[in-house]
Amino acid sequence: MHDKQVRRRRLVLLVLVVVSLVLLTDYFGESADSPLHSVQRGIVAVLSPVQEGASRVLAPVRDVANWVSGTLRAKTQRDQLQREVNALNARVAQLASQRIQNAQLTRELGLDQSIGAATYHPIGAAVISRDPSLWYQQVEVDRGSDDGVALNDPVLADGGLVGDVTTLNGSSAVVTLITDHSWAAAAEVLAGSGESGLLEPAVGSPNRMVLSELPSGASISVGQQVVTAGFTDPNHAGQGSLYPPGIPIGKVSDASQNGLVNQQQVKVAPLADLRRFESVQILTKPYAGQERAQAP
Amino acid sequence: MSAISGRLVARIALLALVAVLVQDTVVSQISIVGVSADLTPLVVMSVGLLTGSLPGAIVGFFTGLLVDTVLVQTLGVTSLLYIAIGYWCGRLREVHDPAHGLVPLAAGAAATAVTGVGMTIIQFLLGVDSPVSLLLVQQIFITVLVNTLIALPVYALVRRIIMPALPDDPRRRRRRAYTTGGLSPLQTPSQRLGPMTRAGRSSR
Repeated sequence: MHDKQVRRRRLVLLVLVVVSLVLLTDYFGESADSPLHSVQRGIVAVLSPVQEGASRVLAPVRDVANWVSGTLRAKTQRDQLQREVNALNARVAQLASQRIQNAQLTRELGLDQSIGAATYHPIGAAVISRDPSLWYQQVEVDRGSDDGVALNDPVLADGGLVGDVTTLNGSSAVVTLITDHSWAAAAEVLAGSGESGLLEPAVGSPNRMVLSELPSGASISVGQQVVTAGFTDPNHAGQGSLYPPGIPIGKVSDASQNGLVNQQQVKVAPLADLRRFESVQILTKPYAGQERAQAP
Repeated sequence: MSAISGRLVARIALLALVAVLVQDTVVSQISIVGVSADLTPLVVMSVGLLTGSLPGAIVGFFTGLLVDTVLVQTLGVTSLLYIAIGYWCGRLREVHDPAHGLVPLAAGAAATAVTGVGMTIIQFLLGVDSPVSLLLVQQIFITVLVNTLIALPVYALVRRIIMPALPDDPRRRRRRAYTTGGLSPLQTPSQRLGPMTRAGRSSR
């Protein structure tokens, strides 16, 4: 009985496999208008309305499933796009930084040509640290005494004077900015008779300076450029300003008659954006051909 | 074979037809991780596991033929593969009688893998320029994963549909009795009937 069942099972299996192979061979070898193809087309024609009806009936199921699938795919795409956005943001930031650096270097190059800074043996340096607070108006640069930098060397950036070297190491230097409360220099206005005075930071306004001790009756207007005076004391050889003459510092931002007449002072805005520059030029020989002024 | 009733044949035929239509009209159009699930090998696998090798092979043949017809494919290709799946799953039941609940899961994965790989091999043998590439392997693998996930629900559904039409299997009856504890040899008749009887008495 068992053998009979086994034989029957194997026979049926063999028949099914043979029929499949015959169908496969015939269908594959025949042309498109063969009987097998015709039968297949006939069955498809019969089943087509059923398929169409089933498709309509089951459309909501399909839509829900596609919505779920689409949502999952959208989440994956969102994560991927977010990663791309992050990468592009980083790239944009890098390019913006390079653009700013490029503009600064371009201005420094222009400054070299306009004021003849090249004669003062400038060396380029990068800002490696910056005090984030307003308490200390200092930056640290990556050049030091090993590179020829000396104390009190003027430092230019972003088209104008930004400070001088106040602390020196072998490979780095600290630059005190012109807006630090301890900074002051003789400066003159590039207009009229070249009125000169003492330029120092404005109290309580870290990004504003005051040019004081101007002669009474001075004719100064807003927008005029203020540069270093670079004076020398004829009575005391080797003493005078730390800065060579003609280096741009800022522009007159407020020249009211009241200030000029009563206080003999005008307000000056620095040319350089003192919170943003990333590279500087240190004038290592500010008095090339002359004796170096002594620090006070 | 004689135990297979007309009712069972009708249910299985209807099941196969509905499975092919649902696969064609709905499931094939739902993309999960770039692939679609394939219900038909799971249905054939389930029928094989529930009814045995010979019914499994026959159902595999006709389901495959229906798939090839509806999808206007080369007739016989899917039949050949589904015969193997139905027969193998039926033999699994007949020889090993696996009682573990996760057997349909493994059988579904194997059935889907056989379908994917077998289809590729047959198309290759027929000279069809099938894109045998890493992408194809990846698609087969993901389809196997997706089908494995839905194997248990499909099996449960098929079981629910055809079980009432199946002849009562003595082994299944015995297993049901053991799992429910009704005929456990570890219990005496008084223990088996005790709580219910006592509850009945106390309620009177």
